[in-house]
Amino acid sequence: MGLESEQSRLLLSKIATSDRHGENSPYFDGWKAYDRDPFHPTNNPQGVIQMGLAENQLSLDLIEDWIRKNPKASICTAEGVNEFKNVAIFQDYHGFPEFRKAIAKFMSKVRGGRVTFDPERIVMGGGATGANELVTFCLADPGDAFLVPSPCYPAFGRDLGWRTGVQVLPFQCDSSNGFQVTKKALEAAYNKARENNINVKGLIITNPSNPLGTTLDRDTLVELVSFINEKNIHLVCDEIYAATVFNSPNFVSVSEIIQDMEYVNRDLIHVVYSLSKDMGLPGFRVGIVYSYNDLVVQCARKMSSFGLVSSQTQHLLASMLSDEEFVENFLKESSKRLAKRYNTFTKGLEQVGITCLKSNAGLFFWMDLRRLLKEQTIEGEMELWRVIINEVKLNVSPGSSFHCSEFGWFRVCFANMDDETVKVALDRIRVFVCRGKEEDEQQQPASTVNTKRWKTNLRLSFSSRRHDHQEGVMSPHMMSPHSPMPHSPLVRART
Amino acid sequence: MRLIVPLQGVVQGRGGLILGSLIPCALFYFLQVYLKRRRPRNPSLKPPPSPSHSSSNLVELQRSSSRSNLSSRGSIGTVQVSSRASSIAKPNDSPYYIGLDKVAAGGPYDRLDNPNGVIQLGLSENRLCFDLIEKWVSEKFAGSILGTESGNLNISGIAAYQPCDGLIELKMAMAGFMSRIMGRSVSIDPSQIVLTSGATPAIEILSFCLADQGNAFLVPTPYYPGFDRDVRWRPGVELIPIHCRSTDNFTLNITVLDQAFTQAKKRGVKVRGILISNPANPVGNLLSRETICSILEFAQEKNIHVISDEIFAGSIYGSEEFVSMAEIIEAEDFDKNRVHIIYGLSKDLSLPGFRVGVIYSHNEVVLAAAKRLTRFSSISAPTQQLIIPMILDTKFIEEYIETSRRRTRHMYEIFVAGLNQIGIKCAKSSAGFYCWADMRGLIPSYSEKDELELWDKLLNVAKINVTPGSACHCIEPGWFRCCFTTLTADDIPVVIDRIQRVVETCKS
Repeated sequence: MGLESEQSRLLLSKIATSDRHGENSPYFDGWKAYDRDPFHPTNNPQGVIQMGLAENQLSLDLIEDWIRKNPKASICTAEGVNEFKNVAIFQDYHGFPEFRKAIAKFMSKVRGGRVTFDPERIVMGGGATGANELVTFCLADPGDAFLVPSPCYPAFGRDLGWRTGVQVLPFQCDSSNGFQVTKKALEAAYNKARENNINVKGLIITNPSNPLGTTLDRDTLVELVSFINEKNIHLVCDEIYAATVFNSPNFVSVSEIIQDMEYVNRDLIHVVYSLSKDMGLPGFRVGIVYSYNDLVVQCARKMSSFGLVSSQTQHLLASMLSDEEFVENFLKESSKRLAKRYNTFTKGLEQVGITCLKSNAGLFFWMDLRRLLKEQTIEGEMELWRVIINEVKLNVSPGSSFHCSEFGWFRVCFANMDDETVKVALDRIRVFVCRGKEEDEQQQPASTVNTKRWKTNLRLSFSSRRHDHQEGVMSPHMMSPHSPMPHSPLVRART
Repeated sequence: MRLIVPLQGVVQGRGGLILGSLIPCALFYFLQVYLKRRRPRNPSLKPPPSPSHSSSNLVELQRSSSRSNLSSRGSIGTVQVSSRASSIAKPNDSPYYIGLDKVAAGGPYDRLDNPNGVIQLGLSENRLCFDLIEKWVSEKFAGSILGTESGNLNISGIAAYQPCDGLIELKMAMAGFMSRIMGRSVSIDPSQIVLTSGATPAIEILSFCLADQGNAFLVPTPYYPGFDRDVRWRPGVELIPIHCRSTDNFTLNITVLDQAFTQAKKRGVKVRGILISNPANPVGNLLSRETICSILEFAQEKNIHVISDEIFAGSIYGSEEFVSMAEIIEAEDFDKNRVHIIYGLSKDLSLPGFRVGVIYSHNEVVLAAAKRLTRFSSISAPTQQLIIPMILDTKFIEEYIETSRRRTRHMYEIFVAGLNQIGIKCAKSSAGFYCWADMRGLIPSYSEKDELELWDKLLNVAKINVTPGSACHCIEPGWFRCCFTTLTADDIPVVIDRIQRVVETCKS
């Protein structure tokens, strides 16, 4: 049996047997620590608080309320069940027209009505994950490359490159200008890739940014669009955090920009959207590809068969998102609550001398712990991170997993907990920072002892079992080993 | 300079034969290459919008973008999309899809509202038993919303991120359901189930796991046209047809299978597996126990995988016994690691819109890889919550399956009798929602061209959409798949009547 299964193993694909999914990295220790010991206010008040998953749970009550008041939208209620058979039998990859109209209207509302979307260009994908992969399949061939400004969403490598065979090449942005993307950096990255005979097919940007929580300003967007237009490469704008903007400056979408740029070739512009962040409905698996390129729309639509939105879900959302009063109120209220939560956290952190990158969107903030590092290296960051998980008992995400070139930055999610948990989290941080200050003030030998103690906690044993449900967001991406880009130390350490 | 002197020689008649022929050839070659480069890459900028789109907005956008194209890049031409996209985006040329589009465009037949519409016999959907499901839903969820059993709607439970390969509760419910469907002696282990958003991504995911781009699966013909999309498009895996013939009632012949494998090997193509459908689509027959064992023996000998698509397992209307691959590998001593089963709720429960698919495998590596790949194709959480109590309700499921079987058999009998009356026989079938009609007598010559002409007549004159055998890669022209489970008993005489009109024109 053993030999036979060995033979069988030899017959599996490279995709099935390689590491490109990126889940074997020590990075998952944080998730495992949380899974083993999850925080609960009454049952497990000493547990690990999950601050590594960008979920938006702040406004779900509004959605619950709407559903309760609109039983006709559900096919399971007495009022709605007469639609059951029409909904259950519907598997057309065009999607319900009402659903597409509602999504187009919603997307427009999110952008303040400054731009309208054509329902005929709305294509479904299996969540934003599926939508990102889908658009990549349409735009690039195996071996082609996409540039992405870093720090960036860790799973881009997997989502854009795993099955497609496309290389994902991050280029660095640093804190000297608040991690803003500059045309200069983009151009340098593009030229470098070309020098190495890499066929750059496009640029993917996340706006608002994950993990930074900042939005791109109009001028930068115009520059980026001009650049891709000049080089005739695609621009994919992942705008899944568009409605999480809670502060000025206002969100400017690429769709708005191109309205004023007549000369731009619209065949190069594609938007990825989802309801997972803006509405807090990741379980609904609603991903959208909106392309200005007809060929891409046609191809994507046919490929959407692999990730259609459940017709039951389409039916419900078609109703919900057509309710203009609900949508307006939801967007306003959600922004308010996000702002409040953000302010609570950042002010609380300021009180203990921790600063964050000034941001106006997203479900997280980008925390600066550089001065707490023992050494300004990846090892230093990892060490601090393990302390935060094991001693402070917060699962936050280290900057290196986002391919940040500077060490000591951490992404902290704030929208997936209630107010009491916020207080607990802030208290723990306060305690940790103050204790760290005290220990600093003591003499050298004492701090070496502390280092030693921290070091012994570094070895986390983790089982080989996969923890599926939180791997969704966080995983280090895989750059091609042939990439000319400097490998992040995290990648280097593994190979 | 070095080129000019010999050229001079050639022109003047000196310089020798080799230079005299080589240099002009080389120049000619380079001229061709130069001309090819100058030609714009995508001569057809935009394919015409298909009839099902609302065309006004799309046309406007097309015009403006072509204008900007001309101004920016000169002669290089349009933007390069991926090579996949270029071929996939082309308008559908398979009759399978053209027929579906036509029905959508003109509106489907309705006895009262659209009596001249095209009657859809090309989509294997089953509308016979929705009354039962509606009744169940009304009773089960009276007063509650989104399919939650408790009166309280706790949306954060449904809204949040779920495991991408499905809730454990649904896996367990599905395991029980599948055991029931595939035969009580089969026990399905929930931990070996991966749930996907439909059987379509399930097949694609397995293709990605079992084969690399350029490898191949053997597949008996005629087969479900969707396999071409699921296996070829993105995984890039080839499908090598194993032709089955009417003389065998379209059952698989192991000798033919073996020959195809050997030929592929000679061509240097790595065969990674065999993809079978049981019950079969489009023929509707069942694989016998012996055939299944022969397939497994063959797979073992050649060291390849077996993918068994059993999506119609619960839709048996005939009296033949359905034997699942799962049952055989449990009973006999075959290597379980190479067997993978596809299932879903689109056929047996008529819920294709909900996107519920299953991969069932004993191979740990395949399961682990498939689980990760479900991040691109996960089932919607509210749908999972609705399905769990439905398939756990064994009394309801038994009643449903039995009623569906009865009603399908009834429709099958009337429909096939109707066809027989106008001289059209059908292959022997026991499952699915369709019959495999023999219209070879209606085509003037034994060719695909004539088959497609007949199909066209049926579609445009008789206004019936059926699926021609060539769309299913059938080696014998003249066979057509006709689905009858979207009809009512009253519709059948209308259908037969329309077909008869075409039959008469063929005979004259």
